[in-house]
Amino acid sequence: MSTPAQTVGPFLHIGLSWLGGEFVVPHGTPGSIWIHGVLLDGSAEPVRDGLIETWQADPDGRFDHPDDPRGAVEGFRGFGRSATTVDGHFAVLTLLPGALPGCAPHINVSVFARGLLHRVVTRIYFPQFDNASDPVFESVPEARRRTLVAKSTEDGYRFDIRLQGDEETVFFDV
Amino acid sequence: MNLIGYRRDPEGIHPPLDSPSYGSTRLRHPGERLVLLPHGLTEITGPLLGSGRVTKTDSDLTLREPLGQRVILHGRVLDGDGRAVPDALVEIWQANAAGRYLHNADRWPAPLDPGFDGVGRALTDSRGRYRFLTIKPGAYPWRNHHNAWRPAHIHFSVFGMAFTQRLVTQMYFPDDPLLPHDPIFNAVPDERARGRMVARFDLAVTEPNWALAFEFDIVLRGRDKTPEHR
Ligand SMILES: [Fe+2]
Repeated sequence: MSTPAQTVGPFLHIGLSWLGGEFVVPHGTPGSIWIHGVLLDGSAEPVRDGLIETWQADPDGRFDHPDDPRGAVEGFRGFGRSATTVDGHFAVLTLLPGALPGCAPHINVSVFARGLLHRVVTRIYFPQFDNASDPVFESVPEARRRTLVAKSTEDGYRFDIRLQGDEETVFFDV
Repeated sequence: MNLIGYRRDPEGIHPPLDSPSYGSTRLRHPGERLVLLPHGLTEITGPLLGSGRVTKTDSDLTLREPLGQRVILHGRVLDGDGRAVPDALVEIWQANAAGRYLHNADRWPAPLDPGFDGVGRALTDSRGRYRFLTIKPGAYPWRNHHNAWRPAHIHFSVFGMAFTQRLVTQMYFPDDPLLPHDPIFNAVPDERARGRMVARFDLAVTEPNWALAFEFDIVLRGRDKTPEHR
C-alpha cells in the first residue's frame, strides 16, 4: 500500500525552494525559452503558496533516464521547479521539448499548494505543433483542449493554470 | 512502443482534493473530472536529481544545537513491491520545537530558534535507506476551525524513479493526541493508509544518552506487470 499524499502547506518554500530551480537550462543557453504563467484559484485569485514542477524530454525527444527503452541520453536535466510569487507567478527557463514517438511535444507539470492535498498534474502543449494527432491531447474533451496549449510570447510561452471554475485547466489522473 | 507503466493506487489511499473539513481545498480543487493519462515515456521517466544536490551535512538539522528533543529519523524508500528505491532524493522541512517555522508568513507568537532552520535533504543508499538527525517539531495552531492545532509533523518530499512516483506527504508521531482532530491527516479515507503516515518509535536505533529514534518507511507506487492497454 502506497504512502498517502498530503499538502505541501503554506511554508513549502523552506524545503522546496532551490537556488536555480527554475533553470532547466542555464541562463543564456542558445534556443532557451521562458515559460511563464500564473496559478489561480476558483475565484481567479492568485495562489501565492504554490509550487510547480516541470518534466520533459530534450529537444530530440530523449530522456536522461535508464527506463527509456531507446537508451538514456545524458546531459539534460529536464526538470524545473518554481514556487509561485505573491502574484501567483511562476516561470521556468528551458528548451522546447522534441516530439516523442506518436506524441506531440509536451511538458508534464505537477502543481503543489496549500489546499491541494495531492498534487494535480497537467501538460503544456505548444501552438505550432499538430497536437490533434497526440493521443493524450485527443482524449481530452474538445472544448477544454485549449487550456493545455501555451501561448507564444516575446521570450517564450505563457501557460496559466486555473485550479477551478471558468476555463479550468485540464488535470490528469496519472 | 509497449511500455510498462506504474500501478494506480486504489481509492481511499490518497485524500480527495475536495475535502470540505480542510477549508483551503474549497477554492483549490478542480471541479472537472481528471482525464486518465496512460503511462508513456514522460510518465515512466523522471528527474534523477541525486548527485551534486546533497552534501553529507544536509541530513543533520542539529549542527547549530537547536532546542528540543533530539530525534534520529530513519527509514527506507520502497516501491509497491517492497523493492528499495536507491538514490532517491528525500527533502524534509519542519517547525522548530515550539511549533514555529522559519518563514515570514508564519506569524504565530512562538519563539524562533536561531539554531534551527528546519530544512533537510538526503539521498537514499543502495538499499533505499535514508537518515536524518533533527529535533521533534512542536504542534502549532492554524485557522481552519475553532481551536485548530496541527499535530507535530515533518513535511516530506520524495522523488522516485518516475514522474508517476512523485510524492509529497507529512510524517506524524505515534500516539499524538491531536491526530484524531486533524482534518489534513484524516482527509485520507483509509485507516490503514493513514497509519502509513505515522512513524514508529524505534528503541533499537535510539542512542543511549543521545537521541530517540523513529522509523518511517515511504512506499511509492509499484510497477505494472504488463504494458497498460490503451
Ligand atoms: Fe506544517
